[in-house]
Amino acid sequence: MTSNAEIVLRLDAITKRFGKLVANDAISLSLHRGEVVALLGENGAGKTTLMNILFGGYTADSGSVQVFGQTLPPGNSRAALDAGVGMVHQHFTLADNLTVLENIALGAQPMTDVRLSKKEIYNKIKILSDEFNLKVDPSARVGSLAVGERQRVEILKALYRDVKILILDEPTAVLTPQEADDLFGTLSLGIKNGLSIIFISHKLHEVMAISNRVAVLRHGKLVAETLTADTDKNALSALMMGTAAKSPDITLANPGKTLLSLQDVTTPDIGNSPGLKSVSLELKAGQIVGLAGVSGNGQAALADVVGGMRMPSQGALVLNGKTLTQWSPRAAVQNGIARIPEDRHKTGTIADFDLTENAILEGYSTAPFSKGGWISWKNAKQFVTDIIEKYDVRCPGPDTRIRLLSGGNMQKLILGRVLEADPQIVLANQPVRGLDIGAVNYVHSQLLAARDRGAAVLLISEDLDEVMDLSDVIHVIAGGRLSPGFARGTMTPAELGIWMAGQGFDAQVAHAS
Amino acid sequence: MEILDILISASFWAAAIRIATPLILATMGELICERAGVLNLGIEGIMVAGAFAGWMAVYSGTGLWVGVAVAMVVGMGFGLLHSVLTVPFGLSQHVVGLGVTLLATSSTYYAYRLALPQVNSPPKIDAFQPYEIPLLSDIPLLGQALFSQTPFTYLAFALVAATSVMLYRTPVGLAVRAAGESPAAVAAQGLSVTAIRMGAVIVGSGFMAMGGAFLTMSAFDSFFFEMVNGRGWICIALVVFGSWMPGKALLGAVLFAAFDALQIRVQQTGFGADIPYQIFLMAPYILSIVALVLVSRRAQVPAALMVPFNKGER
Repeated sequence: MTSNAEIVLRLDAITKRFGKLVANDAISLSLHRGEVVALLGENGAGKTTLMNILFGGYTADSGSVQVFGQTLPPGNSRAALDAGVGMVHQHFTLADNLTVLENIALGAQPMTDVRLSKKEIYNKIKILSDEFNLKVDPSARVGSLAVGERQRVEILKALYRDVKILILDEPTAVLTPQEADDLFGTLSLGIKNGLSIIFISHKLHEVMAISNRVAVLRHGKLVAETLTADTDKNALSALMMGTAAKSPDITLANPGKTLLSLQDVTTPDIGNSPGLKSVSLELKAGQIVGLAGVSGNGQAALADVVGGMRMPSQGALVLNGKTLTQWSPRAAVQNGIARIPEDRHKTGTIADFDLTENAILEGYSTAPFSKGGWISWKNAKQFVTDIIEKYDVRCPGPDTRIRLLSGGNMQKLILGRVLEADPQIVLANQPVRGLDIGAVNYVHSQLLAARDRGAAVLLISEDLDEVMDLSDVIHVIAGGRLSPGFARGTMTPAELGIWMAGQGFDAQVAHAS
Repeated sequence: MEILDILISASFWAAAIRIATPLILATMGELICERAGVLNLGIEGIMVAGAFAGWMAVYSGTGLWVGVAVAMVVGMGFGLLHSVLTVPFGLSQHVVGLGVTLLATSSTYYAYRLALPQVNSPPKIDAFQPYEIPLLSDIPLLGQALFSQTPFTYLAFALVAATSVMLYRTPVGLAVRAAGESPAAVAAQGLSVTAIRMGAVIVGSGFMAMGGAFLTMSAFDSFFFEMVNGRGWICIALVVFGSWMPGKALLGAVLFAAFDALQIRVQQTGFGADIPYQIFLMAPYILSIVALVLVSRRAQVPAALMVPFNKGER
């Protein structure tokens, strides 16, 4: 907007180190009243660290933060809130078992107050939610809310504290395109009401659409600051990555026979996580099937069924023409299903095991790693050394504990572990979450290579762009139901968004592609 | 038939409430700790220390209520130790809790021997006496059971009400509950998780010590080794039984105490003469386990119970 408006926030030469890693290197940035500044950068560029320093989550090693001309005490979220700075974290900071009202009221009243003024709080929430178009039921338990609603609660929490500066950390990562549009509507209402906004993102089209100014971070340094009107996506992309990273060329698929099919598969709900509801799906050799959807809509159940963790309660699972009656993780591995799990830290690896041990987690009980009941460490070492070389795993050596590796290198080891066995089916669940662009491109090219070797690939991702780029066939999952398959290039993001919101299913009876 | 007679007798229920009182106090203490996200296994030892401290204070010449206060302060001291180790240092709550129990128990016995080196049977104090509340104590059955107890028991019931009001009606209570559900949410709202959790553990430990003090200052009038006798562990189970809610935990304590009172009385009937007495001693625990399984299957555990919180950790 106008650069001669009052400066509401100034970051002055902020430096923060985590061990040897310099997460923020002397970053200075200012924000004017009524302005939206986009903070752009790859994962690990230091965006979230910088905002956590501003909001008092971390303490900077040097540098200062000034809000409305006043220097904030470091590491003090309360002072930041009192000065008018609110933050909507990427991982929501909400207590699931408390109500919306309780989450908003937390800390809003002095601790010395004898009574919690529920009535007044309720009324103020109502007024705010009308004013900013943030519909939510104050008496609902947060655990029962959808992700989009939870984000509204997070924003209301900040607005309730009368913040003047709102920081949003990757706010659209978990939203459908329609919900993202609603969010942008709310933010422009906020600007009209005198808010100033810092918007953290790595999605270029959003940055172009919503911001007045862009600040680009790379490897902890502020590499560019420019008016949005003076730049374009290509220029920003080059700034963000340093060099113009090349995403893999995508050739057309040449689908073969069906390797695995789900026929009217139903699984029970587990807690808040919905099961599958009469899902039919075919995975064909030489084809990538993409699964789009907002997280928590049955992706976990589908991945569990394919990966051998769950048996359908109804319906059939047919592998290579044979209906399965016994199904387990071990059976899945033995039948050539490569599993790249959603959470590489918790289920993909064992943090305190070394690379060698992690590399044979799936195959330890079979040859060549098992000889007469004894582990052959020689063969295991050979295997992991080959993976390290072939998949370019950057590490001090095979004896390194895997927790010391970056996410990208960890994922490369997992890729090597499962792809070296030349699997017939690849289950890739959020394969690039949290990786930088270089690693993303590498993982994608490996998935494409597996496809071209004749493997059937199931790609599950919350990133719609990723699903649309890679998939030959796209299904949308919502509330445990699966849409028909859409061929590459036949759907727009908005059209998929309608299905992601669960609306397409009622218009037509879903049928298997 | 005999059991029915017992169940409708006022003296049976009066005994049940008396037996329940130390459990109620200590259970409230544990409940506050756990609601803030800290499991306090120091409870057994803190009750021992409280039992000794209150009794010793009165034996040394203070008034009864001062004795209660002394017990509470001693309990809070052990609570401070527990909370420093588990909250800012984030050490294992199991190990610290058991350590505090061992430390509190053995240092209490040591203090007893230091204070009374030559004594074979411990001296008695003038303990709390029952106080019949005018009018209310005239209600049939209920009056005898509830309103003819010692003032210490009335205090225990008042503390249950106070705990309930605190947790659900005050900003502090909301902060305590939130600290047990999502410390990140507490920190994001500018509150100190460390302060809230330490405060909860210290206050809760004070309640536990009062539970112990009831044994020496109201139920009995003297201090014996082993007199707490696992009551602290029962309270841990009662918190689960009560689904972390003060009212339900109170009911659980009374229920357990009723089983306990019942087995003593059944032993004295003809029915009891043919059965080994150990069976009766076991009964309240078995019945409690059954009740625990039935009631607590759908209990809502505080989501961040036993999860340490370190601000600024990556």
